[in-house]
Amino acid sequence: MDGERIAQKVFLLAAVLSASVTVLLLAFMVILGLPLFQGGLFLEILTQPWLPGRQLFGVWPMIAGTLAIASLAVAIAFPLSLGVSSLIAVVAPGRIARLVKSAVAFMTGIPTVVYGFVGVFLLVPLVRESLSRGSGLCVLSAALVLGILVAPTMILFFSDALARVPRSHRIAAEALGATPAQVLIYVLIPGAWRGIVTGLVLSTGRAVGDTLIALMLAGNAAQVPNSLLDSARALTAHIALVIASDFDSLEFKTIFACGILLYAFTAAATLAVRRLGRKRTPAR
Amino acid sequence: MKMGLWFRAAAVVIMLGLAALPASADPLADFKGQKGEIRISGGTAHIPVMEEAAKRIRTANPDVQISIAGGGSGVGIKQAGEGLVDIGNSGRKPTDEEVAKYGLKVFRWALDGVGAVVHPANPAKSLSKDQLKQVYAGAIDNWKALGGPDKAINLYTRDEASGTRDVFWKRALDKGEIHARANVVPSNGAMKTAVANDPYAIGYVSVGHIDATVAPVALDGVVPTNETVQSGAYPVSRGLFSLTKGEPKGVAKLFIDYLFSPAGHEIIADKGFIPVD
Repeated sequence: MDGERIAQKVFLLAAVLSASVTVLLLAFMVILGLPLFQGGLFLEILTQPWLPGRQLFGVWPMIAGTLAIASLAVAIAFPLSLGVSSLIAVVAPGRIARLVKSAVAFMTGIPTVVYGFVGVFLLVPLVRESLSRGSGLCVLSAALVLGILVAPTMILFFSDALARVPRSHRIAAEALGATPAQVLIYVLIPGAWRGIVTGLVLSTGRAVGDTLIALMLAGNAAQVPNSLLDSARALTAHIALVIASDFDSLEFKTIFACGILLYAFTAAATLAVRRLGRKRTPAR
Repeated sequence: MKMGLWFRAAAVVIMLGLAALPASADPLADFKGQKGEIRISGGTAHIPVMEEAAKRIRTANPDVQISIAGGGSGVGIKQAGEGLVDIGNSGRKPTDEEVAKYGLKVFRWALDGVGAVVHPANPAKSLSKDQLKQVYAGAIDNWKALGGPDKAINLYTRDEASGTRDVFWKRALDKGEIHARANVVPSNGAMKTAVANDPYAIGYVSVGHIDATVAPVALDGVVPTNETVQSGAYPVSRGLFSLTKGEPKGVAKLFIDYLFSPAGHEIIADKGFIPVD
């Protein structure tokens, strides 16, 4: 009895501790970034260009860089993932599906740096030589690799969602003479859309939060990219690059602006997913 | 007070010892029986020397643990000053404020040039200072204008915390503009890899890092090599520094002494830098 109470306390403590870390993290960033909020500096940092030579320390180019890289990565990964998960759920269930699924699960475990490394030595020269402009370190290279990086997350979410569509719906459609492709398009995907959106939102969060791929492949130029072949710097890569600079400098303080932005984005994504989850009532 | 005296006495003894037995003294013998950890971080130009020295020390005495991290000169100064590492490396001399604020002790153990580099296949291997400045400012953006192929110039630069960048920007570019489209890489090693893999690149690395994978660019007719840096003919150079918070103690002190020993000088020269006393 007593042991149970102790265990309860210990687990409660663990829960409170880990939950408070996220809150403390935000508090930490806001407090250390406080000088930025005074005198409208925060807004300036969000909208200005990054020109340290002219004492301009805006992170707008990095916001644009993150948006460009992450959205392109998701755009690449989405059709790919939908295709693979459809294969698993519908087109080739059984042994092939199990094989593909375990390969995908294995992919989630590959360290990011391996993707980055392969990207640097294989993809970057390919992009540079075949597209004849720029250094190959660009939005496109980073997004291609990042797309492959987030695809497994998407695939696992999508195929789970597809598998969770009640079997009776599928059987009913088949009984009406629907081909497997029709079942997929008219029954399974509409029935699984919440899971699909959840997977999409979470993978977008992962694409936005990934540091190493952007740092290694996007080129890190602090400019707003005008084309897929332009070098760009993500918010995360910016933090990694600037963290080494003088602690008291304004450029170091921009780290907190980036941190708060990334935090806000992740929080928004999580809230969106939870709202979706709550709506998932056993309809029909 | 007492400490200072102690160290002065120790220094005298060591100097006498070195003077008495210059050839037979094995600096690694000082590590015999020692135990401890040396944490090193900071300048990335320093890393090859640090690693070789660490390797030899570890081989002689596995009880001494040495960890080496990069991060750039800014990190080296800050972490040494905050006591996060035992030795912080910097490719720029710490400012008087930094020395005063943290109570840093500064050891300059090598001289190093910073040279512009291009891909070995690029024929444009000699630039005037004015051309180099225009290239980095983005005014010249095609290799054709410099005797190379008709390809856009891919600029590479280092992050703001880099001591290599600091020296290159001040001495080679005269604090001129570096175009915003320049790719940014986080270390000397990454710069070398990037330029070695990009036929249309121009970047800059510590002269000690120049090897067959990249080609040095002569500046106003002077190729950056150890000889031209040492003679002063090549102007873009800086000291390589190791910093400790206060006087170094224990195994960290032995490590720094090792850098200044003949064996240390040999490592430094072997890694492409010019050892200094």
